[in-house]
Amino acid sequence: MRALAASAVAAVVFTVVLGFAYPALVTGFAQVAFPRQANGSLIVRDGTVVGSALAAQGFTSARSFHERPSATTPPYDAAGTTFSNLGPTSPALAELVARNVRAILTLERPYNPGLTIHDIPVDAVVPSGSGIDPEISPAYAQLQARRVAAVRHLPLATVRRLIARSTAGRSLGFFGEPGVNVLELNLALDEEQDG
Amino acid sequence: MARVYTREPGDVVERGFLRLLGRDAAAEQDWKAYGTSVLVLSAVFSALLYALLRTQGHLFLNPDHLPDVPWQIALNTTASFVTNTNWQFYGGETTMSYLSQMAGLAVQNFVSAGVGMAVLAAVVRGIARRSSGGLGNFWRDLYRSIAYVLLPLSLVLAVILISQGVVQTFHGRATATTLEGAHQTIARGPVASQVAIRQLGTNGGGFYNANSAVPFENPTGLSNVFEMLALLLIPAAQVFMFGRMVAAPRHAWMVFAAMFAIFAIGVGVAYAAEQRGSQVLRASGVDIARSAGQSGGNMTDKEVRFGIANTALWATATTDASNGAVNGGLDAFTALGGAVPLVNMFLGEVEPGGAGSGLYGMFFVILIAVFVAGLMVGRTPEWLGKKVEAREMKLAALGALFVPMMALVTTAAAVVAPAGLASLANPGAHGFSEALYAYTSQSNNNGSAFAGYGATTFSTTLGTVALSFGRFVPLLSALAIGGSFAAKKTVPFSAGTFRTDGPTFAVLLLGVIALTAGLMILPALALGPIAEGLTR
Repeated sequence: MRALAASAVAAVVFTVVLGFAYPALVTGFAQVAFPRQANGSLIVRDGTVVGSALAAQGFTSARSFHERPSATTPPYDAAGTTFSNLGPTSPALAELVARNVRAILTLERPYNPGLTIHDIPVDAVVPSGSGIDPEISPAYAQLQARRVAAVRHLPLATVRRLIARSTAGRSLGFFGEPGVNVLELNLALDEEQDG
Repeated sequence: MARVYTREPGDVVERGFLRLLGRDAAAEQDWKAYGTSVLVLSAVFSALLYALLRTQGHLFLNPDHLPDVPWQIALNTTASFVTNTNWQFYGGETTMSYLSQMAGLAVQNFVSAGVGMAVLAAVVRGIARRSSGGLGNFWRDLYRSIAYVLLPLSLVLAVILISQGVVQTFHGRATATTLEGAHQTIARGPVASQVAIRQLGTNGGGFYNANSAVPFENPTGLSNVFEMLALLLIPAAQVFMFGRMVAAPRHAWMVFAAMFAIFAIGVGVAYAAEQRGSQVLRASGVDIARSAGQSGGNMTDKEVRFGIANTALWATATTDASNGAVNGGLDAFTALGGAVPLVNMFLGEVEPGGAGSGLYGMFFVILIAVFVAGLMVGRTPEWLGKKVEAREMKLAALGALFVPMMALVTTAAAVVAPAGLASLANPGAHGFSEALYAYTSQSNNNGSAFAGYGATTFSTTLGTVALSFGRFVPLLSALAIGGSFAAKKTVPFSAGTFRTDGPTFAVLLLGVIALTAGLMILPALALGPIAEGLTR
């Protein structure tokens, strides 16, 4: 009985301190010191939230860089993240890859004569982990550069410069892999044309 | 950390806390009293958490108006979080209110880790003492684990993570109008505070469904490294705490060396397998070669910012420790790459394992190792100056073999019963791997998943059984061993004593790990990953 009473008191104490005081303290600090990050790295243009730097949003138009495939329902759902869970020998994965390859070849070949399946980087055709990976590999960005430059009537060099600007290298030069943030890149392209 | 558990007297807050718990709450406990306190506290928290999950729809801090959690999911989740497992049969952002996440699940992340650490401290104390009945006091050990280790480290880690972009807010979902005019909803919440403790406490349960693959939980290469170091920090440090408390630092180094060897092999194998790519991707013709422009390899269900290397490293680290967090989808790993986390878990997560539970799991293996050595030299085995006798050996065997057996039995039940097959997401050998992974993970209290494995009333109930027994049978065995060592006298070291502080011992330890759990999983590996790896 005594153990039960002690446990009940301990449960209340721990819930109050660890369940309420601790997250409240961290939240208070975060909202003061890092308000942008703490609220989702939202990007605002002309008073409206146009997305988050940390979430893919499913670009489809030919004038934009496209993100990686997403396994969420609907695709790029930032409130329902999920893996595809397609195994290494899955027939469904084989079909999905083939379908994505065909779509990319159809879209990019007019601007990249001689483009073959062997030129398509793997991240472009397989689902990302979260379903909202905001980045693509630098190789996939280069593959899309000619199309975007042609459709937007921008010099290829300008597009490549903007790709470089939206590329995050390894953290501290060592941790992780380089990636190109697609939303930031497309915004930079819009600004380049408006400005 | 050794100082944390040995310093006398406790601080003012500790004395106040103990007074609050009632008369005699600070008294010395033998292993039975200690174990009773653990079980009763776990039962009370289970009732509390289950009630919270079942009523969250009617409570506050639920800005996105999520309904009550269905009973099957609530039951499994309760067992999962109280046992330091964090297996998740649900998607966090679509199931759990902010209240459930922070006042329910995150509290368990602290307490279940604290319980593991306290039990370890008690067992080590038992080994260090002589001719004594007591193991210390559970409430003090629990308080000190949380107040001196888990809480301060969590505060620091949470701030680092937020600076990198991890979300921390009580506001509900954000809405955006995308550049192409579509409507986008972005799930948010008190994420960083929870990610910090779920990494440090070797818990692993994600705020979001896709866990640390989601940029809002793990946005950069740097946040990834901090989350990874955090999950290894406490269990690795405990090896040295043990060495100091029993005054055998060289022995602790040998134990650490054996752990590190398994870790290094795992990282190497997983990286090579994932970089080589899956059968489907190799056959497809797309470019999977590593180059300056991409990390290449099996990028299915992996994120660009982590690539192959950091995802393989993470998968190995989280399953060597007892942290079920993932930063990429393990279900989509190659046969060999996915076998690494599976084997890691099956070996009992002793490399370095969960907070507390890893090292007391390793004690079982150490006892078997000194027993085997004793048989070879024909003497009564000794460990750290104490004779190892029949009672301790029985308990060690129970502790070492019960969990792998539990994993195999529940897996068998899940693939034989028609109701179990409904949970499989992939056909063939990979489907078997999914079931094997699910019950190995839950029995070993890891929580990582081949995430395609689905929730049914059958699978959640079977999982609950695996979770509970997988936690408390080894925990009580370890406490009992601590209790019986505490009562023993020390014997003087002599020329015939098998030395436990040299490399020979580390090699012996590896051999015992391979021979016990390793041999048990081999047949199951043949049916799952090996069969799949041989498929073209």
